[in-house]
Amino acid sequence: MLKIKDLHARVEDKDILKGINLEVKPGEVHAIMGPNGSGKSTLASVIAGKEDFEITQGSIIFEGEDLEEASPEERAHKGIFLSFQYPVEIPGVSVTNFMKTAINESRKARGLEDMPAKEMLKLIREKSELLEIDRKFLSRSLNQGFSGGEKKRNEIFQMAMLEPKLAILDETDSGLDIDALRIVANGVNKLKNKDNAVILITHYQRLLEYIIPDFVHVIHDGKIVKSGTKDLALELEEKGYDWLKQEPVV
Amino acid sequence: MDLKDKLVSSFMAFENSVDIDHPVHDIRSEAMKNFELKGFPNKKEEAWKYTSLNSLQKIDFSIFPKAENALEYHHVKKYFLHEIDTYKIVFIDGIYSSYLSETTHDGVDICLMSSALTKPMYKPVIDVYFNKIASNQESLTTLNTAFSREGAYIYIPKNKAPKKPVEILHFATGNEASLLLQPRNLIIVEENAELQIIERHQSLTSNEILTNCVTEIYAAKSAIVDYYKVQNDNHSASLIDNTYISQKDASVVKVHTFSFGGKLTRNNLNFFQNGEHIDSTMKGVTIIGEKQHVDHHTLVHHKQPNCESHQDYKGIYGEKSTGVFNGKIIVDKIAQKTNAFQQNNNILISDKATINTKPQLEIFADDVKCSHGCTIGQLDEDAMFYLQSRGIPEKEASALLMYAFANNVLESVRIPELKKRINMLIANKLGVHLGFDL
Repeated sequence: MLKIKDLHARVEDKDILKGINLEVKPGEVHAIMGPNGSGKSTLASVIAGKEDFEITQGSIIFEGEDLEEASPEERAHKGIFLSFQYPVEIPGVSVTNFMKTAINESRKARGLEDMPAKEMLKLIREKSELLEIDRKFLSRSLNQGFSGGEKKRNEIFQMAMLEPKLAILDETDSGLDIDALRIVANGVNKLKNKDNAVILITHYQRLLEYIIPDFVHVIHDGKIVKSGTKDLALELEEKGYDWLKQEPVV
Repeated sequence: MDLKDKLVSSFMAFENSVDIDHPVHDIRSEAMKNFELKGFPNKKEEAWKYTSLNSLQKIDFSIFPKAENALEYHHVKKYFLHEIDTYKIVFIDGIYSSYLSETTHDGVDICLMSSALTKPMYKPVIDVYFNKIASNQESLTTLNTAFSREGAYIYIPKNKAPKKPVEILHFATGNEASLLLQPRNLIIVEENAELQIIERHQSLTSNEILTNCVTEIYAAKSAIVDYYKVQNDNHSASLIDNTYISQKDASVVKVHTFSFGGKLTRNNLNFFQNGEHIDSTMKGVTIIGEKQHVDHHTLVHHKQPNCESHQDYKGIYGEKSTGVFNGKIIVDKIAQKTNAFQQNNNILISDKATINTKPQLEIFADDVKCSHGCTIGQLDEDAMFYLQSRGIPEKEASALLMYAFANNVLESVRIPELKKRINMLIANKLGVHLGFDL
């Protein structure tokens, strides 16, 4: 599904990704862990197509297509979804209207008609129940005045609505209390199937108790320095990241 | 002959058509003298630094329309807020159209300035209110005063509220090659009374139209007035809109100005707070492109303690359009505990568009809260990425963000059908269809 080969990326003059290699197959859950500033969020943004980052070397292949020239919306239409670490507040646009616009734009890109209102309503009801979202919440302005937990739950609600092939969850666990974390994780698990894949980007092992990864990768200084199974996450929890950092000898 | 000379020499002809023995005519004559002395404002004046009337003055405007013109309702229905029932005061080429209007004298007076200025029964009101707050110095206002004859006259007595909003519509048909219109409105809302007004100037022609409008509004104690100005005229029409509002104790007056159309639009919006616990609100959304020009000059004069004023103007400027915002707030020494807020936020979506924005605060009291802020920027890149990453294409995403940007100005619109209409106008102006209303 996703093949990242020797990916180098920079923002302004700063090299952030320095040769990432990663392959994600349908049905897999990958966790990417690492200390702050290691490049985790940059990797997520680069896959989703944020233009601030310049790819200087390497490639991202999604379902056999090179994404280099694809705009963020084209990537979304192909089935890539990024759950934001800091979702943006859009005053005056309700969650429902935003989702309608997003879904119908994706359908338009695939040559389909707008989703009938009745079907849309049913979908919204179904997915909001999955994430235990109150109906009143859906008529509020997107992310405006939402608590940290509400923002993250709303991100996963959007993911549920859009049914992506590849979902990248960027620090979705940060700022969540244990109940919200359980709801979010439960939502992700229910949406998971053999045809889609998830990349979890996280600083802590906590989320991985709820969403069990098939693979765990540790990123440091723009490179994946270690890969393993879920046991690696436990090891990291115990030892911290320092033992992985290859400090230069002085 | 330039426009000023033409106007001055036309005044005599105008005098033949009005009652020169009426006391109002002394006011007109005095105003004519002032206009003759000052002429049109020019760019050397600070208040007109960024708005030039030079090219308009070169046009040979007709000052009096030749004949009474008729319009069929179905041709102009779309300019009315036809989804709901309203009172209507309609003018065609400056002349009242009884056919398109719906006036009333049932407990309130929603009728014509020409009646108020001529019929004896209105004289006591005219004596007290006519031209009492409109400027005798500002030359375009004096020009309007000199030729004042027709417009809307609204009188809402104590404790009354009309059953429905009032629409004031001015149509220009293009039967003249170019036409100068000078409507004059007088609106009095007595103690504890309420009024909602929607005003539109609409040209139906590509001929040049210049409208120089003056409106005086008197809001008595605890009166509530909502005034909505819909400026979506075609691009050969220019508007100079002069509004003077006097408020008494605990009155609430809100003026919303939606500026999407027109060639040149200048709004002079003046609030005078003549009492305590007054709330004055000015909101505006400007979305223009091509070579359009919109200038908002606001003034709030806080003359008594314990009052508030709120100004919130948003502008989106594309192509070679130009915008001006000048917000003047005066707080007299006596006006302690004043809260005055002013905000002007702008988005430039073209390299060739410009906005000149300036707060002008003159504060003589020491116990006041005054804040002002202006921003000029582009669309937030993080927000753009967020929307695009959900599959919303760049153009629709930027429209959505511009909607969001302008939205809080619409929140205070109290007529739902009007709010919906403004939403649609904004969508049209941004060239997108989002499939929902905000």
